Amino acid sequence: MFRAQIKVNLKTGVLDPQGEAIKDSLHSMNFNEVNDVKVGKLITLSLEDNDREQLEKRVEQMCERLLTNPVIENYQYELVEVMSK
Amino acid sequence: MNFGIVVFPGSTCDRDAFHFIKDVLQESVTYLWYKDSLPKEIDCVILPGGFSYGDYLRPGAISAHVPIMEDVIKFANNGGYVIGICNGFQILVESGLLPGTLIQNKQLKFVSKSVYLRVETTDTPFTNQLNKKESICLPIAHGDGNYYISQDELKQLESNNQILFRYVDRNNEPTSNANPNGSIQNIAGISNLDKNVLGMMPHPERAGEKILGLEDGLKIFKSILKHWNEQGGDKFGSY
Repeated sequence: MFRAQIKVNLKTGVLDPQGEAIKDSLHSMNFNEVNDVKVGKLITLSLEDNDREQLEKRVEQMCERLLTNPVIENYQYELVEVMSK
Repeated sequence: MNFGIVVFPGSTCDRDAFHFIKDVLQESVTYLWYKDSLPKEIDCVILPGGFSYGDYLRPGAISAHVPIMEDVIKFANNGGYVIGICNGFQILVESGLLPGTLIQNKQLKFVSKSVYLRVETTDTPFTNQLNKKESICLPIAHGDGNYYISQDELKQLESNNQILFRYVDRNNEPTSNANPNGSIQNIAGISNLDKNVLGMMPHPERAGEKILGLEDGLKIFKSILKHWNEQGGDKFGSY
């Protein structure tokens, strides 16, 4: 059993209106040290397979085909072995 | 009475509320810009429905910190009437004026339909023209209307009679089938402890005219007018 944690972020240079709005709000609350805000996603998958190498390929396919939009997003993932229940 | 409707970036029901207060209720009403301060002559603040700031981060999260909300919080703490409808309810919980939170609908679907509500508490400025356990019909339209609160706080809400409306079926029972969003104990609307702040997901401002087919929303606003008059009108809730 593995758990994949996939972090999805907007590529550099892609406008992040949500991040901009959050930054403005933080500034209005006097958190002026904030330079920039980027909002991403964390997707956690529980995987029923013990073959790490094969899973890495599968997770990459999932990221490229569904979980991310490769036009505007980057992703990083981490595969962690977990004890089966 | 002077009503003020706060316009946030992304408010969509501000005009519905304006029309309702001006043309249906025939009371004085003004739009209030979210960056301005709250004028002293306002007697009741309406936080309208919509998708302020595009629901970024969480619905209502950013709007809860805009300039006018500082005044609205002071106004509410001074006893002024505040009504948050739909996104307005989300802003009220994010600003801390009401307990709990509103999460995504259980079915993950946006729901837009008319629902039955049971009036649970009539001893409030918002429900005194309704009867206890009366069933009223109001429209809903939301994707994040699933009210959630911890069990301890839920007990407090109940014992303080802060639950004003519950979603019910045609037999006036709060069944799970009658619950459009998975809200804890079918809660559709609550008040603060002092009963001067109301948050509700259904839209009373869209239910005040025969031509719309629903008129029960009027009773909520007529309750406010009655309470305000009984409290001395102009002299009440000055801030």
